[in-house]
Amino acid sequence: MNLLDPQGPVAAANSTILVDSVFIMLAIVVPTIFAILAFAFWFRASNPKAKFQPDFVYSGRVEMVVWAIPALTVILLGGVAWIGSHQLDPAAPVPGTGSPVRIQAVSLDWKWLFIYPDQRIATVNTLTVPAGAELNFQLTSSSVMNTFFIPQLGSMIYTMNGMVTKLNLRADNEGKLQGLSAHFSGDGFPDMMFDVNVISPLAFPDWVATTAKSDAVLNEDSYKKLMQQGVEKGRPTYRLDDPRLFDLIATQHIPPGPGPELASEAGRSQSGGHDAR
Amino acid sequence: MLGKLDWSAIPFDQPIPLIAGAVVLVGILAVLAWVVVKGHLPYLWHEWITSVDHKRIGVMYILLASVMLLRGGSDAIMMRIQQAVAYQSQGYLPPEHYNQIFSAHGTIMIFFVAMPFVIGLMNLIVPLQLGVRDVAFPTLNSVGFWLTATGALLVNLSLVIGEFARTGWLAFPPLSELSYSPGVGVDYYAWSLQISGVGTLVAGINLVTTVLKLRTKGMNYLRMPMFCWTTLASNLLIVAAFPILTATLAMLLLDRYLGFHFFTNEAGGNVMMFMNLIWAWGHPEVYILVLPAFGIFSEVVSTFSGKALFGYRSMVLATMAICVISFMVWLHHFFTMGAGPDVNAIFGIASMIIAIPTGVKIYNWLFTMYGGRIRFETPMLWSIGFMVTFIIGGLTGVLVAVPPADFILHNSMFLVAHFHNVIIGGVLFGAFAGFEYWFPKAFGFRLNDRWGKLAFWFTFLGFYVTFIPLYVAGMLGMTRRMQHYDVAAWRPWMLVAAVGMAVLTIGVICQIMQLVVSIRNREALRDHTGDPWDGRSLEWATSSPPPVFNFAFNPDVRGEDAYWDLKAHAKQQSLQHDAPEYHDIEMPRNSPTGFVCAFFATVMGFALIWHIWWMVILGGIGAFATFVVFAWRDHDEYVIPAEEVAAIDRVNLEERRSLVSMAGTV
Repeated sequence: MNLLDPQGPVAAANSTILVDSVFIMLAIVVPTIFAILAFAFWFRASNPKAKFQPDFVYSGRVEMVVWAIPALTVILLGGVAWIGSHQLDPAAPVPGTGSPVRIQAVSLDWKWLFIYPDQRIATVNTLTVPAGAELNFQLTSSSVMNTFFIPQLGSMIYTMNGMVTKLNLRADNEGKLQGLSAHFSGDGFPDMMFDVNVISPLAFPDWVATTAKSDAVLNEDSYKKLMQQGVEKGRPTYRLDDPRLFDLIATQHIPPGPGPELASEAGRSQSGGHDAR
Repeated sequence: MLGKLDWSAIPFDQPIPLIAGAVVLVGILAVLAWVVVKGHLPYLWHEWITSVDHKRIGVMYILLASVMLLRGGSDAIMMRIQQAVAYQSQGYLPPEHYNQIFSAHGTIMIFFVAMPFVIGLMNLIVPLQLGVRDVAFPTLNSVGFWLTATGALLVNLSLVIGEFARTGWLAFPPLSELSYSPGVGVDYYAWSLQISGVGTLVAGINLVTTVLKLRTKGMNYLRMPMFCWTTLASNLLIVAAFPILTATLAMLLLDRYLGFHFFTNEAGGNVMMFMNLIWAWGHPEVYILVLPAFGIFSEVVSTFSGKALFGYRSMVLATMAICVISFMVWLHHFFTMGAGPDVNAIFGIASMIIAIPTGVKIYNWLFTMYGGRIRFETPMLWSIGFMVTFIIGGLTGVLVAVPPADFILHNSMFLVAHFHNVIIGGVLFGAFAGFEYWFPKAFGFRLNDRWGKLAFWFTFLGFYVTFIPLYVAGMLGMTRRMQHYDVAAWRPWMLVAAVGMAVLTIGVICQIMQLVVSIRNREALRDHTGDPWDGRSLEWATSSPPPVFNFAFNPDVRGEDAYWDLKAHAKQQSLQHDAPEYHDIEMPRNSPTGFVCAFFATVMGFALIWHIWWMVILGGIGAFATFVVFAWRDHDEYVIPAEEVAAIDRVNLEERRSLVSMAGTV
């Protein structure tokens, strides 16, 4: 999950900006730290060679320089930020080979549901995508906020109930990656890690066909069971009944997840935690 | 009768909070018993609890912060151990407990350690630096302190009665709404902050008014010591920002108590509104904490370099620039919420702009050292440690202000490392520097040098060993608040961080040892002159500890570094009056208002948390009645006769004469 080992163009651009920014700043930070230590050492009271200048308390030239150094750095970095924000807007297209894959991600308490509306399938806690294709994510949450993040593919984005966020990514190399939720969402939060299988574009239709044969069907009823609080250790797959399911969730036609059942009125609620263990 | 409260609220099945609670309770009872048996109770009541003396209140703030630092630090130790062991296992803390711990750690460290520490130092020192006898609203000041203590008490109560929030220190909805957090944890969180928030606001109003209205003769704005400037800026921010926090939490509480829908998923509630509001307070809050620390470093660096602060006016400008810009950057806390590129870029650049005045400050301290005669006393060590550490924290801060970089660093361990880098390296180092620097002023004796330096080195090294691994873990994709994890690459870094935590703990132990050793040797460490560091500002112009009236004569200020000026003149010609004419001094009377008010606030807060409505009414009436009684008081001042003033002042004058004659030879 190393950020400096990107597996897609978005992550590569993210980490390039990250590294560039660090080096731009190091160019002034390192000399400054060195100067602090050097001045402190040289002007120690016990050093007879250091010249005591108690009246050196103002210098227009020095002031100009000390305002200018950080200002120039910020102007440079501000440019990086402006251009980077526009190029790497999560909603900006990320051109790829072949036709884009639409994926609708829903964060549940405490698992990820990935709906492939065009393929009429859905998966939980595992995301399978073809290498090289543009991945169009639409994201929402069934209950509390979460953040969808695959570190090696780049840019994370929040999921919120009743709202849809957009994110476009691309995975360039076949292999296994890991994703996670990057916004705390309750007791089962650490179990919201999910697998990302990047497979060859040729194998993708086969995977879709296999998955579509799944016995389990995802519809409103099975979704409501799925959104009960709890941790999912397996990797269930579903045939998608209604391709508009995501819209029903995002527009709150299916009401938000119920949260813990009120097992005890007072104090420590008894729910949730046990599932997570 | 007792609302939601019953025996199930006490965690009999969980040994950790129960034992911790029992130990604390035994500790409190032991101290109380000792106080009562030894007959110290009247002294405590008259001299401390009901005191409206800004110095005493400042000391009590710092004492509260120190005690809470131990609590917050224990939470930190537990978290670091959990993350060190919870690899492919559940560790020793179940999620519902771990989640309370990181929520409590953040809440306590910000609201009940950092805030009271800096407010305490400001209370203690600012009136002295301004050359005045008291703050603008002495009784209100006491109310502010005691309300803060109420908040701290409620947070600690949640350890043994009920639970604390499991939502993180900012309690983001919808997780913090009733549907997803039905327990009392969020209520403990919200009511503690509501009550202590009132206290903070009161303290802010008091200090702003003090700086604006109560300066001694000749103390123009541009002659004020830097610490007074940063106090002004910080408290202006408190006055502007804390009402936002109060309103936001009030809305959350309305959602939870009365079925409103400000931030719920249902009925048009908007969680993004909460994010905006809480950070509209939360970002200024960061500068509320760090600006006073900048002020402390300015005083310390200048004193121990034996020079006036370099570029004073530039520093004033930088301080006020930070004060204003800090209100325009809050959105950088949620770049990843899907705002458009223009919005993200503008807030990213605004955030970077803050780095300009901050950088200027670093350079001005650097040039204050240039041409100085630097004495490496403990406060100076903290200051140099700060400058180095804070630059690194600034670098990573500007880095996460670049939206595309934040897209992969947001909420990660990298971010955790960043804000600890600036809060520990900035605020905590500043608080410790101020503590070491002004301790002799508050208590009349210096702190032991050796233990102080040991404490610095262990804390300094411990900080790096703890937080550099967290930076690395963040670069490896690790997000914050993980109760357990299965990723092998993160493990070694969590183990190193746990070792770092142990080093930090040794640092804290050294601080405690320093206090113990210094109190034992206080006669040897006694500061007779009131000016142990060869200081430059007016707090050093009075005895240590200062008399209740601070100054027998209001000093007449003729320039920056007022006391330095005085000393310099005294060297050439004895300017000290031989037989000054003393006058009666009027001082505010002590008042139990603050303590009583906070008592009722505690009752009311506790009752609100547990829905015990009759007790809420009782607490409310009690607090209001306290206010009415105070408002209708007949006498609020007492007179210290001139002879007494003279007697107190002459002692100090004698000591100081010897110092002046010595200063002539230096």
